[in-house]
Amino acid sequence: MRIESAVHFAAALVLAPLLLGIINRTKALAAGRAGQPLLQPYFDIIKLLRKGAVYSRTTTWVFRLGPAAGLAAVTLALAFVPFGGAPALLAFSGDFLLVVYLLAAARFATVVAALDTGSSFEGMGASREVQFSALAEPALLLGIIAVARAAPGAASLSACLGAVDGRAWAASGPALALAAAAWLIVFLAENARIPVDDPATHLELTMIHEVMVLDHGGPDLAYILYGAALKMWVLGALLAAVLVPVRTGAWAVDCAAAAAGMILLAVLVGAIESSMARLRLVRVPQLLIAASALSVLALILLMR
Amino acid sequence: MMDCFLLACAVLLCGGAGAALLRAFPAASAGLGAGSAVLGALLGLASAIECLRLNGSYERSFPWDMPFGSLTIGMDGLSAFFCLVIFGLAALTAVYGFGYLRRERGRTGLAWCWFNVLVLGMALVAVARNGLLFLIAWEVMSLSSFFLVAHEAEKPEVRKAAWTYLVATHIGAAFVLAMFVLLGTAAGSLDFEDMASLKGAGREFAALIFALAVIGFGTKAGFFPLHVWLPEAHPAAPSHVSALLSGAMIKTGLYALLRCLSFVGPPEPWWGWLLIGIGIVSGLFGVVSALAQHDLKRLLAYHSVENIGIAALGLGLGLLGWSAGNWTLAALGFAGALLHVLNHAVFKGLLFLCAGSVLHATGTRAIERLGGLSARMPVTAFTFFVGAAAICGLPPLNGFASEFLIYLGAFKGVMLADAGIAVPAAALVAALALIGGLAAACFAKAFGVVFLGEGRSEDAARAREGPLAMRGPMLALAAACVAIGLGAFALMPFLAPAVGIITGTPAELFAQPLAEAGRLLLVIALASAALILATALAALLRARLLRGRAVTRAATWDCGYAAPTARMQYTGSSFAQPLLDLFRPFLRVRTELRPPEGLFPKKASFATHADDAARERIFAPIFAFVDSLFSRLRWVQEGRVHVYVLYIALTLLALLVFAL
Repeated sequence: MRIESAVHFAAALVLAPLLLGIINRTKALAAGRAGQPLLQPYFDIIKLLRKGAVYSRTTTWVFRLGPAAGLAAVTLALAFVPFGGAPALLAFSGDFLLVVYLLAAARFATVVAALDTGSSFEGMGASREVQFSALAEPALLLGIIAVARAAPGAASLSACLGAVDGRAWAASGPALALAAAAWLIVFLAENARIPVDDPATHLELTMIHEVMVLDHGGPDLAYILYGAALKMWVLGALLAAVLVPVRTGAWAVDCAAAAAGMILLAVLVGAIESSMARLRLVRVPQLLIAASALSVLALILLMR
Repeated sequence: MMDCFLLACAVLLCGGAGAALLRAFPAASAGLGAGSAVLGALLGLASAIECLRLNGSYERSFPWDMPFGSLTIGMDGLSAFFCLVIFGLAALTAVYGFGYLRRERGRTGLAWCWFNVLVLGMALVAVARNGLLFLIAWEVMSLSSFFLVAHEAEKPEVRKAAWTYLVATHIGAAFVLAMFVLLGTAAGSLDFEDMASLKGAGREFAALIFALAVIGFGTKAGFFPLHVWLPEAHPAAPSHVSALLSGAMIKTGLYALLRCLSFVGPPEPWWGWLLIGIGIVSGLFGVVSALAQHDLKRLLAYHSVENIGIAALGLGLGLLGWSAGNWTLAALGFAGALLHVLNHAVFKGLLFLCAGSVLHATGTRAIERLGGLSARMPVTAFTFFVGAAAICGLPPLNGFASEFLIYLGAFKGVMLADAGIAVPAAALVAALALIGGLAAACFAKAFGVVFLGEGRSEDAARAREGPLAMRGPMLALAAACVAIGLGAFALMPFLAPAVGIITGTPAELFAQPLAEAGRLLLVIALASAALILATALAALLRARLLRGRAVTRAATWDCGYAAPTARMQYTGSSFAQPLLDLFRPFLRVRTELRPPEGLFPKKASFATHADDAARERIFAPIFAFVDSLFSRLRWVQEGRVHVYVLYIALTLLALLVFAL
């Protein structure tokens, strides 16, 4: 284990909520507002951690399990994600499958916790969440395979993303671009951003992720918000690793480039959210299937 | 070894006969039937585990006259692995059945007899080393399970399901018979030993045998579109039998397919493509159909189609690796499929037992009439949750281990330059990912609507947990889900000999790649343990934070609506509807809508029924055609006795002429 891997893991744990702050600031600036403080997500989480809790009378242990299991799974997934060319804290052949299924486990825990309340709103959100994630999963995995084929190395995330450098882009740039486009769609869908879900909406009927956590409060909601931030970091780091192929070998340079990539990604999300509206719910599957199609196309380009 | 196995067979046979003979004394009959099933299964389990542990191969021939060969049974790595699945699940379901059938004692004597015979038949299928003995065991298994499916024969839908099963299983058996006749003719005897010498006997012959085996054994296993009996028969049987049928019996189809591959290999690439294709279609069709179901046991039955599809994906990958001489690929594909067979037996057995527990407590399998059972049946709810997470392939449970092996094999396949492997492997990854996501959706629906929220009917509100005999096996299977999830790496050395038997090559070829996969599974086990630990830590931290603060209970947020009722909850149908709309072309969903009418509408209703698309679109037209064909012969059968006497006389005359 290298020391920078541990530093990256710790940095991700600390900096993940900042991505949300950057997105919100970008949106505020685009709308001509001053906007909330950059550190507002941290304030929210700390405030929630200091509160008591209200649980619905309908709920059981499933509801209590949801936030804890969700946060644990996402944190563990984060340990397998490399950053800036340096390997992740943990890596083994095929670890990307564990990452994808850990995210699925976190989602399953959240969804059943939502259903535990017996609320039709939360049932509706859960139904949409499982629908969209089922369609996003093939796009994500096929994208990983495409990247691994474009940058052959060992079969771990750290190895194959670490091998995406300038030469890999020169050799199979179109395929990498297609995979990155597919991942961007998955990134937006899985993190409940526009055009799939609108985190700023106030109407339960139109929500997806937000409506599932309506009945959570206090430390539970803090876990969920922090888990969502970590998940954004996990998927964002994958995307940044492909889009920023700076692999000089000098740690400071690679790391700074990757960090700049993450910030730019957050700004890009803010720009997307400022410039377009949410898609109608029936259109979302088409977008996700398009993401899978992009991944397939990337694979076809690499299999010639 | 074989003595222990034969003792197990004797116990099962005697116990079964005893249960039938003693059926006038219900308690004794049930005790004897369940007891002998447990004892026999444990003895058989001991022999299978001993064989796996010693990595041995044992045969026993009996000096009885058998046409076309000898009466031989044998136990090797492959047989022992399937015996492990069969006997392990049989022991637990027998204990469960003892508690489950208590209410209807007095009519369970024959059921216990058939249960014992079914276990015996499945075990004999796995150890038969002669085609004729195999066919007899196959038929014993099929018929005993038919009688078990028809247990509640007073219900018309159960009779219909049992007939469907009987017809389907015999159509499959016809193909199996044809296959053995061809194999026997070519080999000169029906002994498996002689058939194994047919390896490389010619491409056309091997392809024909393979095709017959896929159809014949695929009918038992439940490959699409031959699965049509499965969603009918499994829900109709008593729940502990459903668990055994779904967990163990359909696996004998896969066992037999693997055994036949060992006769006619090495395969051609298209065999692998075919099985991957079957796997993709079965997996997707199974899970999408499951999403559309409103009956808990029917939903689980469709998931069996899905999981057999996943196992077929592994087999297809193994065949591709075998045909290309890529032993890593072959090892990962076959071992993944075998491990999935074991895993599916554990979690699907568990889920069917849980469904039985729900049925036992509430008297209904209709998902939309249930709800809120988690509070009233904590053990069932918890074990169902574990089984649901396991079948979705989520870490830290066992489903992930086998899917990981198949995924890893496919991933290695995609990296190869050979498009004949890379393209199907990529399709496999995409399909498995989609199947996984849809399965998670389906089990979120099943678990959420049945166990969470508020009860949707009186039955659900009155539910009570079953007796210890029912809870014990459920807890044991849930523990097995966790144990295999964490300990799958320790099973790898036992899978290499089984894979070696399939391909007829030395097991050492597979030991190395599987040892490597075992190391990865060990890392996954550590990560899974970390996941459990981290969850516990997060929960402890929350408890620590909440200590001394106000923790209150209130109503679920309802947007300020004043009078919420349990019927306003999201239903299973609404939960699945967006996904079903997406897959509508592949389903056959009938809707009955009575819209509200007039200015003051009183009654309105909406109902959906999901028929099996394969049954309605493929088999219904075929059977209708056959029916119309045979109805043309109906004039022969007029119902007048003197015409029949004329037929007899004419037949005799014809025979006389023929003899002269």
